[in-house]
Amino acid sequence: MHWPFCAAKCPYCDFNSHVHRGPFDEDAYVENYLTEISQTAELVPNRTVRSIFFGGGTPSLMQPQSVEKIINAISTKWQLSNDVEITLEANPTSVEQEKFQAIRLAGVNRVSLGVQSLRADPLAALGRLHSVEDAVAAVKLAQSNFDRVSYDLIYARPNQTLDEWRDELNEALDLAREHISLYALTIEHGTRYYDLFHAGKLAMPDPELSADFYELTQEICEARGLPAYEISNHAAPGEESRHNLTYWQYGEYAGIGPGAHGRLLIDGQRHATSTERMPFKWAEYVSAKGDGFVEFDALSRGEQADEYLLMGLRLKTGISPSRFEALAGQKLRQEQIDHLTEIGFVEILADGNLRVTDKGWPVLDAVVADLAA
Amino acid sequence: MTDLKHIRNFSIVAHIDHGKSTLADRLIQKTGGLAEREMQQQVLDSMDIERERGITIKAQTVRLSYKANNGETYVLNLIDTPGHVDFAYEVNRSLAACEGSLLVVDASQGVEAQTLANVYQAIEVDHEIVPVLNKIDLPAAEPDRVKQQIEDVIGLDATDAVEISAKTGIGIDDVLEAIVERLPSPIGDRDAPLKAMLVDSWYDAYLGVIVLIRVIDGTIKKGQKVKMMNTGAIYDLDRVGVFTPKLVEMPELGPGEIGFITASIKEVADTNVGDTITDAKKPCAQALEGFRPAQPVVFCGLFPVDANDFEDLRAAMGKLRLNDASFSYEMETSAALGFGFRCGFLGLLHLEIIQERLSREFDLDLIATAPSVVYELGLRDGSETQLHNPADMPDVMKIEEIREPWIKANILTPDEYLGPILKLCQDRRGIQTDLTYVGTRAMVQYDLPLNEVVFDFYDRLKSISKGYASFDYQISDYRAGDLVKMSVLVNGEPVDALSMLVHRSAAEARGRVMCEKLKELIPQHLFKIPIQAAIGGKVIARETISALRKDVTAKCYGGDATRKRKLLDKQKAGKKKMRQFGKVEIPQEAFIKALKMGDN
Repeated sequence: MHWPFCAAKCPYCDFNSHVHRGPFDEDAYVENYLTEISQTAELVPNRTVRSIFFGGGTPSLMQPQSVEKIINAISTKWQLSNDVEITLEANPTSVEQEKFQAIRLAGVNRVSLGVQSLRADPLAALGRLHSVEDAVAAVKLAQSNFDRVSYDLIYARPNQTLDEWRDELNEALDLAREHISLYALTIEHGTRYYDLFHAGKLAMPDPELSADFYELTQEICEARGLPAYEISNHAAPGEESRHNLTYWQYGEYAGIGPGAHGRLLIDGQRHATSTERMPFKWAEYVSAKGDGFVEFDALSRGEQADEYLLMGLRLKTGISPSRFEALAGQKLRQEQIDHLTEIGFVEILADGNLRVTDKGWPVLDAVVADLAA
Repeated sequence: MTDLKHIRNFSIVAHIDHGKSTLADRLIQKTGGLAEREMQQQVLDSMDIERERGITIKAQTVRLSYKANNGETYVLNLIDTPGHVDFAYEVNRSLAACEGSLLVVDASQGVEAQTLANVYQAIEVDHEIVPVLNKIDLPAAEPDRVKQQIEDVIGLDATDAVEISAKTGIGIDDVLEAIVERLPSPIGDRDAPLKAMLVDSWYDAYLGVIVLIRVIDGTIKKGQKVKMMNTGAIYDLDRVGVFTPKLVEMPELGPGEIGFITASIKEVADTNVGDTITDAKKPCAQALEGFRPAQPVVFCGLFPVDANDFEDLRAAMGKLRLNDASFSYEMETSAALGFGFRCGFLGLLHLEIIQERLSREFDLDLIATAPSVVYELGLRDGSETQLHNPADMPDVMKIEEIREPWIKANILTPDEYLGPILKLCQDRRGIQTDLTYVGTRAMVQYDLPLNEVVFDFYDRLKSISKGYASFDYQISDYRAGDLVKMSVLVNGEPVDALSMLVHRSAAEARGRVMCEKLKELIPQHLFKIPIQAAIGGKVIARETISALRKDVTAKCYGGDATRKRKLLDKQKAGKKKMRQFGKVEIPQEAFIKALKMGDN
């Protein structure tokens, strides 16, 4: 579920987010979600929904009753599993904290907070609207309201040192409970950081230092009982984000809302779908034809195999070579696996899965390219 | 047929951009060779590359009819000669087909090295030379200074130089009058057996091979059985004619005339520039002097970027050779670059032109290996052999002596750049043979090993002189040199395409630059990669590419799968363009860039 609106655009963010000013009829806008849900349910009927994720944008800006309407629509059109995971992304400002209880009552049982840093200067530099105190308070309040809470931090920031990060991360892990996402700052095309970086005004760590950042992060989280189960995600055993696991395990998911992506199995054929990115244009499409799809492509075997590879190898559990073979219609190249094994970048697990080793993780994209080539 | 007194055969000698083609266009226009609407800028340079670069590759000819001030009508034959030293022999033959030349010099730029080389060639074949100052209308024109320069540098009397502007048409009539008044008419004997010189030839899709000829003695006509004296081949002539510049058939051509013939000649390679054409039944006693077959002096490997294009490349080379017998090729296999061809060229410009035509006319992406000259090897067992490819070098223990081609180079430059130019020549093992000043311009002559010149000497010269220095050369002789084969190893594997013969004194510096360049050009891998330059088993330079430590996308969720897949597609396509060396993937640009070594 993609909610595209934000109170402000952060300089590093390349997500489909829009700052909307002026009159806005949220009830009317939410109707489009409900329409798109029914339409999608006709394409992929009789599914059991195991997770719902409200992402954005800033879905915590939604009114709790909007969240509730959407959850209700989903439960009407499909079957919700008993242990359904419903996550909502929230910003830790005081305004949003006030909504936590109502959001829980609407059916949300997990929140993911966009803390990003526990230091004042970087928060300001990252364009965040909350303070360190707001963030700490929000995490604690969320933890008392929801069974499961995660929050995000960004590291390997301009001018950040390893020592500073060690301290900040340790504090963060004191605060965290069962899940945390730790992202190395990435300069994305089309952001203000991109322009600054290319104008030489952003002192980003070089590849060596950013490799050190990554290693340090893994080391500390492991020691503190929140090992990585994915490149940037850490959880106590059993507390992984079920929703995100679906992406990485290359399962089936529907994307609702502007700029949302889906992978839908229709008559056994996997389709890649995406919707119009511009929020009001998307709404026009939905009112006119019932959905906002701008892409609806049957994926070839090779494309599915590539996606499985690049998503699946992000997980500590790796990929199943036999599933790869089933998708691709051919095996992974043994010669390539042997070479990568020999130089210590991949390994075969006891269950037969192929995974990237700890040494391989920081260079995952290169390993995937070698395997896919 | 025209009587000898009313014929003038001439060529135009000029430096690139000094206005040779524009003047030719004006002469054609003035004498009515083409109607206004048929004039296309620079009519004579018919290949795209010729027009774009302002150079002539093939000799072209045009027959003009001019009614002079004395009331008589003359046939003026203009042969537009190739303007580059790579085609020195072709230039020589074209000039030999004429009795005189117009020496066109830009009135603001003055004499250039290339002008010098060409005008000396014209003098060598006893041409009467009429100096013409072009671009006289430009504010920067200094006719008096340039006249003085012509007298000082070339030693020609420039008092009566014709002052013109080919662009605006000023002085064109004076040029035509000077051709009639000052150039000699040809001599020849109409009743003698046919003797004609093969000036040039090219392939035409409709007519087959068209042969440009100059008749010396006798007559040549349609249906005649002729013999090429050097090849011994006999042909029945299908057509005889002239270019006005349009192709016009004539009943016959007589002594002094320039025109074309066609017979059922399949390939340009069957026609040798400089050959003597005579009557098959009643041949002339002696062939013309000065014939020599085309000899390639520079070689390089050409490989398709996409291995699937190999057959297309073979076909394209065959087609080019149809029209250019001086270009040679034979199949070559390289571990680095796959299947390709070892190609021979008359010089660096010729190499560039062929490469450009292959990519432009045949849409082929090519990798060229470092140009190499032809070495002569004297072996211990007393035998002699030629080396066209450093990869084929025999065991050093078997070699007594390696000889390399040397050139005589003329460089003309504004004197402020002389210092760095002398240093460049010294660095390239040059031996200075002359240095003279003409006003603020210096003319320096060097003996240089060609091997040092094929390494972007010209680019360096242009850059250190901000484009003002001009350069020309002639192959002079072969000299023994202390040459060694330098190999390059990437991750312990020799990369054949990068091996080269260098002078021992330059080997270490070259090796270092090569290793440094490759370090920049080969992307990081998951493991570290040593790069070494070696002579025999001895490493003379090394660099190491450190292992890749960080390359991972931090955020990748459901909405990123499509984008990441497309990125992966691009990566895969990129990898396809890489060449595999053991476990190392080397991008093709790396070869191209590593081979384009500067002096940095």
